Parts: sequence; structure tokens; C-alpha cells
Amino acid sequence: MASHAHGHKVKRYSGLMDWLTTVDHKKIGILYLMAGGFFFLVGGLEAVLIRIQLMYPDSNIVNGQTFNELITMHGTTMIFLAAMPMLFALMNAIIPLQIGARDVAFPFLNSLGFWTFFFGGVLLNLSWFAGAVPDAGWTSYVPLAGPDFSTGKGVDYYVIGLQIAGIGTLLGGINFMATIINMRAPGLTFMRLPMFTWAIFITSAMIVFAFPALTVGLVALMFDRLFFANFFDVANGGNGVLWEHIFWVFGHPEVYILILPAFGIISEIVSTFSRKRLFGYSSMVFATVLIAFLGFMVWAHHMFTTGLGPVANGLFSIATMLIAVPTGIKIFNWLFTLWGGSIRFTTASMFAIGFIPTFVMGGVTGVMLASAPADYQYHDTYFVVAHFHYVIVGGLIFGIFAGLHYWWPKMFGRLLNETLGKITFWTFFIGFHMTFLVQHFLGLLGMPRRVYTYLGGQGYDDMNFISTIGAFLMGIGTIAFVINVFVTWAKPRNASNDPWEDGRSLEWTISSPAPEYNFQQTPLVRGYDAWWKEKMEGKKAMTPAEPIGSIHMPSPSILPLFMSIGLFVAGFGFMYDHLIIAVGGLVITLGCMVIRSLFDDHGFHIEPEDQEKGVQA
Amino acid sequence: MKRLLPLLTGLVLLLSACGREDLSALNPQGPVAQKQYDLMKLSIGIMGLVVVVVFIICIYVLIRFRRRKGDNTIPKQVEGNHTLEIIWTVIPLVLLLILGVPTIKDVFGLAKDYSKDKNAVQVKVTAHQYWWEFEYTDYGITTGQELIVPTDKVISFELAAADVKHSFWIPAIGGKMDTNPGSTNRMYLEFPKEGVFRGKCAELCGPSHALMDFKAKAVSPESFDRWVAAMKAPAVMPADAELAEKFTSQCLSCHAVGENGGNSAPNLTGVGGRQTVGGILYNDEAPTEQNLHDWITNPEAVKAGAMMPSSEDTGLTDEEVSSISKYLADYKLDY
Repeated sequence: MASHAHGHKVKRYSGLMDWLTTVDHKKIGILYLMAGGFFFLVGGLEAVLIRIQLMYPDSNIVNGQTFNELITMHGTTMIFLAAMPMLFALMNAIIPLQIGARDVAFPFLNSLGFWTFFFGGVLLNLSWFAGAVPDAGWTSYVPLAGPDFSTGKGVDYYVIGLQIAGIGTLLGGINFMATIINMRAPGLTFMRLPMFTWAIFITSAMIVFAFPALTVGLVALMFDRLFFANFFDVANGGNGVLWEHIFWVFGHPEVYILILPAFGIISEIVSTFSRKRLFGYSSMVFATVLIAFLGFMVWAHHMFTTGLGPVANGLFSIATMLIAVPTGIKIFNWLFTLWGGSIRFTTASMFAIGFIPTFVMGGVTGVMLASAPADYQYHDTYFVVAHFHYVIVGGLIFGIFAGLHYWWPKMFGRLLNETLGKITFWTFFIGFHMTFLVQHFLGLLGMPRRVYTYLGGQGYDDMNFISTIGAFLMGIGTIAFVINVFVTWAKPRNASNDPWEDGRSLEWTISSPAPEYNFQQTPLVRGYDAWWKEKMEGKKAMTPAEPIGSIHMPSPSILPLFMSIGLFVAGFGFMYDHLIIAVGGLVITLGCMVIRSLFDDHGFHIEPEDQEKGVQA
Repeated sequence: MKRLLPLLTGLVLLLSACGREDLSALNPQGPVAQKQYDLMKLSIGIMGLVVVVVFIICIYVLIRFRRRKGDNTIPKQVEGNHTLEIIWTVIPLVLLLILGVPTIKDVFGLAKDYSKDKNAVQVKVTAHQYWWEFEYTDYGITTGQELIVPTDKVISFELAAADVKHSFWIPAIGGKMDTNPGSTNRMYLEFPKEGVFRGKCAELCGPSHALMDFKAKAVSPESFDRWVAAMKAPAVMPADAELAEKFTSQCLSCHAVGENGGNSAPNLTGVGGRQTVGGILYNDEAPTEQNLHDWITNPEAVKAGAMMPSSEDTGLTDEEVSSISKYLADYKLDY
């Protein structure tokens, strides 16, 4: 592999070192998928343990303390370490391909983002082995999570793990905003962007605005816990309700950060598998922007019972209800994309179509919750648990499963097995509704959430049993998916460029998986659904926007890994009061930053004669 | 059909079981819960309509427009439809207006402040890990775990927490309100029907959050007056002087009976007449004396994280625990 960039050679790695040093968005996508998938299994195992404990009344399989640890780690893991990374996996794997770019805007940052997320997640989960597990809920309300009532190290793992992982998310948001603004192929104007790219663009903007709030909150809580500050300590003039505000100012946009990419995935799949243009594209874009905007205006609906008074409760009720309008627009646009189409049922399209009614059910309970006086009854009960699992599992996880089955050939060059895929869909879909539908009624019958047990004879027994059986079914569905991954792995890489034959956007114009440089020649985009448009005009490939030439590539680097290890070490140092270790960790990180700043890295070039070799991810 | 099934199951469940009269939000026993239930019914109605419309379109589309084998036609590529877009923007707005107006009305209605109302009973609720303290400020009495209220008056609550955040909830009577450390919240409830209603803590507050139950007992106005009088009467101490001394030194340092003792643990005046021991050991499932004995011997085994020391730590012999349990089980108020 000749590389002539500015007269020096760039070292290329293979094997494990290749994965540790890669800055290629496609490989980083796969890393995100592996790490996110692993944490998804961990969080799922925690969920199954929770459901086993609640299968029967007065059960004592785990005690109250362990149960609180399980729910805290389940929530935190699923949101920050499973759902977000799996979205980042799809973002990384697909966005540059959809916009006709050769990589993201900042490949080095992309790698740094992955490794900080990974080491943050590892740190958080090491709490199980340290015997001090976060136990104050994924919301970690103070004072329960404060130094006075949480005297162990448990919540320290939460604040420090999430801060390190949060750096990765923030970097990802900045990176993808910059990528989508700056690196679109010629002719790919904003109103021609595929819906998934739009969704990721808006999501990235939301990350940039929402995650700093979480960081500030976590830093304040860390100062309270480690350095005896008084941000949230009532006895010393602090305010516990402040934490609730900070958390939800981040936390509510976060749920839209999770769901908007799923909306994007569904839009792509519904359109592809009904062989139809997305119905009402511009209103879909507008609705997405509106949801994102309103998403920042409604955080206090998580706090209707905190005692903010009728004016705040009334305003936040109405603002929350308004979100139903753009969401409704999206639902009906999907239905009318299917209307008149030619719908092909694959695992991907089944998850996407299953998403629509499921998400509607989660959405309508959202409107019910928006009505503050009624929320006084729903709040912190199993009704809420049912609601947010309908939108997060029935919305986001269905979306991720749909997206993975859809883009798997583009990521790995192999189509997932459809029979196993359909087994995954039906067990997961039926298991999901079985688990969570009954939980609405449990909540209305007076069962609070986050209870480790319940007395018999209160009308909760049967529904809890049904719910647990449903959870087992979801577990079987997940196992079927994992088996599918391994079965597919053993098959040859034989997926064509456009394996679903009805692909509409640019990722389907290049080989599966894409070559290292994605596009040998940057394509010229002549309209919305760029590839579909060319296909309909009888063309076999995109019109290139440039001649074949030398392609500039970023060089791999081990620094992101070391910077993240530095933060990981520093985190432990701070937690266990060993300042030397803490400073040592920070020195590693800062040292890497100095090296990165002082030594210019010009990357390397892949010359046309090497391009034909098709270096692949 | 597959997709309709969950909906049908839901409706059947909804119609067949509204839950226990003393516990379920779907079986309201007072005007506050009734208002909230009405709002729920309205929103479920509107939302049920939306769900049905979406499901019908969805099922129709899936059957009508599925790809037949060998069908390779390209469907018409439709950009969109302005009329349809306007329809599905305006109809939801109208539906939200129908829900929004009563929402706002009830938000303000339920926030009515009865704290200065001479006819209302003022109750100061303090939530502790893992028990409830009820102080009747107008009467100068305090009780724990069992809230006694008259059926003829509005009860005006002032809510706060002594340690971490909890949430005060009696589902059959009305929605919840958080008890925050360091600041107070207000709400009112009405209990027009006599009976005992189950109350719960609805905010994660530690390992025994699930066990932080309490009871709200609504009694006739006359009975309530008798209860107040009985609470104010001099305490009944154990008859045996030695036991009384032990009880005073070991129990009343935190607990209180009548005018004696401290207030850092639940008030025990008339504890033998309560439905439960510790809010969670039901006296109709085991004898009160047995429950008390279990509790005093090892509170940690019943409620992990409870502040009360075990009998081993307090140095009470099993015999003394039995005598104290017997005395407390017999300590009932006549009202």
C-alpha cells in the first residue's frame, strides 16, 4: 500500500491493532455495534432478573438493595450504553455513505468518541465487581444519590462513568453536525437529504444542546459527593429540585435524541420496501425539526408531582400535548407511504411496520401523561414504565432491529438469515406487547414503579406473571438475533451493491461492504432519492462529479484509545481518593493531546492503481 | 388481527377489573380521584379513537398493498398531499383542545389552597425512610403510619420529607404529591366514604421503598372527634413498673405514647388498633402481638434499612420483647 502523502509513509495496521487504531467510520460503526450490543445483552439480563423477582408476590430472589442496583444499572446501561451506541453504530456505518462522503468531518474525534464511550461504560459496569453498584435509579435523584444517603462508592461509578461516556456522545453530535453540513456530495442539498440523514442531523444538534446540561449536573453531583460541595444539599442552602430540573433539561431531549434516529430508519425502510417515495417528505422534515424544538420545552412534565405549582404544570401540560401533532404527522405520512405501494415483507420491513402501531400506542399514553391532573395518578407507577418502554423498546429498539436487518449487508457484505429474522421479529414483538401492555393496568391499579416486591392479593399477581413470561419471550427473540449474527458470519460475503433491489439512496450505489474510501468518485446528486432517480432513468451507476484521482485518507491513530484509558484511570483515582493515580491518568490524556497538537498528521493518499484492489472494512 | 389482539385484551382487562376499592385509581372513592378518573376516561376515549383509526388504516394497507409474487410494477411515486397534511394536523389539534381545556381547569382546581380554611383539617405529613408521620396541627396530636380523617371535611395536607424525597399517594382517593426535603408542598383530598384506603410511597427512597405503605382511615365526624380526644388523653403506660421503665428507656427515646417520649420514630399511641405493624405486617394475617414481636426482635428482617435497632442491639430479652409486644398489642384507642 503505497502512500505518498507529503513525502512520508503512514503506518498501516492489521488485525487487532487495526481495530484499536482505526479512524474509519465504517469500522468505528462496527465497534459501536459490538460494544453497544454487548451492553444491550447485559442490560437485558438485568431486565430478566428484575422480571423474575417480580414474577410472584412476596418474592425474595433478590433483596431491595440488589433490586435497586438492578433497576439503576438496567436503565443507565440501556439508555447510555446500549441504545445510544447502537444508534451511533448505524449513524457511523451509514451517514457518510448516504451523503456521498469519504468519511466523517473529524475521523480522529470519531475514534475518540467511541473509546471514551467504551471506557465510560466499562467503568460503570465494573461497579458490579467492585461491590458498590449505583442504586439511586437511572435518574439518581438527590438526596438519595447525594453523599449523605448514598455513602458507598456506587453513585460515584454512575457520575464518573457517565461523564466519560458523555464526552463520546457530545463529540459524536458535533462530528455528525459538521459532517452533514459540510461533506454532502455535489447536488445533495438539504431538501434532498435522505430522511435518516435529516434525523441524524437534528439528533446531533439536540445532543450538542442537551448533553452539556447532563455534564454540568454530573459535575455538580460529583463535587457534592467527592469534594463536599453543596449544590444539592438542602441543609447547606442547596436545592434537590435543582437536580431534577438539570437532569430533565437533559433527560427529555434525550428521549427525542433516541427516537428521532428511529423515525429516520423507519422512513427509509418503509419507503424502500413499499417501493414508493416517502409521502410528504417536506412535512416530515418540518415535523422532525418541530419535535426537536418542542422537545426542549417540556422537561417539567417529568416533575408534575414535584410541586411546581399550577401555572408551570398547566404550561408544561399543553406544551407536551403539542408534540403529538408533529408526531401524528409522521405516523400518517408513513401510513400513506405504504398506501398504494408494493409492500415486501422482510424482517426489516416487519420491524418497521410493527413499529408504527406500537409507537402510536406509546404516543397516546404520552398524551395521557401530559394531562397533569391525571398524571398525579400515573406518575411513578407502572403506567409510566409501560409508556416509556412502548416508546423506547417499541420505538427505538424496533427501529434499531429494523435498521440492523436493513443495513447489515452494507455493513458486513452479508444478508442476515430471513427465517431466523422472522423468528426474532415474532418472538420479540409478541413478547414485547405481553410484557408491557399489562403494565399500564398494573399502574392504574396502584402499583408504584421501582418496587422490589408487592403483597399478594392486591390484583397485581396475574399481570406480573404475564409480564415476566413476555420478558422471557423477548429474551428468546434477542437470542435468535445473536444466533443469526453468528450464522450469517459463517456465510460468504456475497451481498450485491443494492441487495434489496429497491434501494433509493447513495449507500446502495457502492459495494457491500463499502471500500475504505467509500466512493471512488464522488457522485453527482440530481434529486431526492438520488439512486432511485438514476435507476428509473435506466442508469446502472451514479454520474461521477469528479475524475478518478488520488484519494486523501486520514491516518490511523492509537492516541484516542490512550486518551480514553487516561480518563478511565483518572476516574478511578478520583473515586478512591488516590490523587496521584488521578493526576497520572489526566497526564496520559493531556500528554496525548499535546502529541496530537504538536505533530502534524497529514494523512495519506490512495492512488488510483491501489483503489482497484478494493480495500474493505 | 395480530395487531388488534393487544387492544382487545386491553379493553377486556379494563372492563373486567377496575381493581380494589381501597387501592385502585380506576375505582375512585373521593372527588379528587373522581376528577382525575374523569380526565383519564376522556383522554382514553380520545386516544382510543386515534389508535383505532391508525390500526384500521395500517391493517387495510398491509392487506391491500402487499406485494404479490412476481409483481414487479413500480407504484406511482406520490410526493404528498396538502389537504391530507392539513387534515392530520388540524384534527389532532382539535382533539388536544378538547383534552387541554379540562386539563387546565383541573390543574388549577386541584391546586386550591385550603391551608387557611377554618373548616379544613390541617395535616402535616412528614415522610421518613420508611414511615409516615401525620401531625394534626390544629389539634396538637401526631400519629404514624395510619392517617385518621373525618368524612365531612376537606383535608389540607402540608407535605415534606425528613431525609430523602418520597411521594405521598392514596390511589383510590387522589393522585400523588412528592414530599421534598427542605421545602413544603400542599394539596387537598376529600374522603367522603368511610373505610380504610391503602397509601403508598411512590418515589424511590431506598432499599425498602416497596414496603413504605400506610393506611388512610376515613371515619364519621363523631368517631373522629372521639379519636382526637383519645389521642389527647394521658398515655397508658405498661402496668408493670419495671417494664414501664424499660419501655421508657429503650423505646420512648425515639417513639412516643401520648405526651411521653420522642418524635424521631412513629408515634405508638393506640398502635394495637392499627391494621398493620410497620405499615407492612398485616394484623389480620398474623396476630398483632406476633407481628410486633417479629418487628421489635429484628426490624431489619422486615424492612431493610429501617433505623430501629434490633432487640439484640437495645439489649431487650425475648421475655421483655414479648411483654412489650403484648402491652402494645393491647394498646387500642376507643373511637
